[in-house]
Amino acid sequence: MNVFSIVDLDHLLLAAIPQIWYALPLIVVVSLVYGATRHENLREILAHSLRNAVWCVGFMSIIFFLIWIAGFWN
Amino acid sequence: MPEIVYPQESGEPVVVDLKDPYWAAFLAWIWPGAGHFYQKRYAKGFLFMICILSTYFFGLGIGQGRVVYASFKPGNLRWQFVCQLGVGAPALPAIIQSMKTKKGGDPYWVLCERFPADYSNSSLAFHKITPENNNDYTGETIKDGFMAPPGGMNNPRRRSRVQTDTLGRWHFEGKHYFEMGTLFTVIAGLLNLLAVYDAFCGPAIITPAQREMLESKKKKKNKRKSKQ
Repeated sequence: MNVFSIVDLDHLLLAAIPQIWYALPLIVVVSLVYGATRHENLREILAHSLRNAVWCVGFMSIIFFLIWIAGFWN
Repeated sequence: MPEIVYPQESGEPVVVDLKDPYWAAFLAWIWPGAGHFYQKRYAKGFLFMICILSTYFFGLGIGQGRVVYASFKPGNLRWQFVCQLGVGAPALPAIIQSMKTKKGGDPYWVLCERFPADYSNSSLAFHKITPENNNDYTGETIKDGFMAPPGGMNNPRRRSRVQTDTLGRWHFEGKHYFEMGTLFTVIAGLLNLLAVYDAFCGPAIITPAQREMLESKKKKKNKRKSKQ
């Protein structure tokens, strides 16, 4: 592992950031629709969606972190 | 008229009138939210309609109207369309386009025309025909249609190659938007299946009795683990 590979990796991650933003509307929509299939009351739907969205972001962050760490393995 | 009553831990029980669930499920499939409107569950109807349709049309938009098409031929099996079809009527024009282009016809709603594979200037093959590169070309062209399969499929001599190359050109011109558009439309279709389920069976609310049962199962599991 050299300094340049880390710089390249950071550069690649920065370049991918605009595409990461596409996940945001998807997380919102998936959480809302899934929450709506589990509740009938709008307030409960929103609460469930919020929990779901936090879970999704957390899960994706863990995967992101693992892949980022794996990138140093060469 | 099946009516489902969900007892709650506190407050009044939740009552959901599904009316005719088969008809509601069909309506929910054909237009996201329509089944819930039929059941007079307006808030959820609006929620499903806005979430699912905005996702679908956003995906279709960034994919420039090309990401939803029906093609099940060898060399271009568009399996994603099965998922996209979950969104109902908004995906149906793809079937019309597929039928129209099946036997060599031009698609409806042409988006652009391209130079054919055997164009004399081979570096321009599959490229869009514009006023700048036209050179008074009058021969047969490949036509991109709105929600139509990749053009050039009906050239019997070079069928599979031409088809694949047109699709490749779409990927090249659309950059990551083609894949993102596909992803958004696929997710919209799959989400509508959840909405159809909700219209047919009602919400999957966990009742206090079910919660108790789940908790007792968890406790039993924990006890077994602690014994081991």
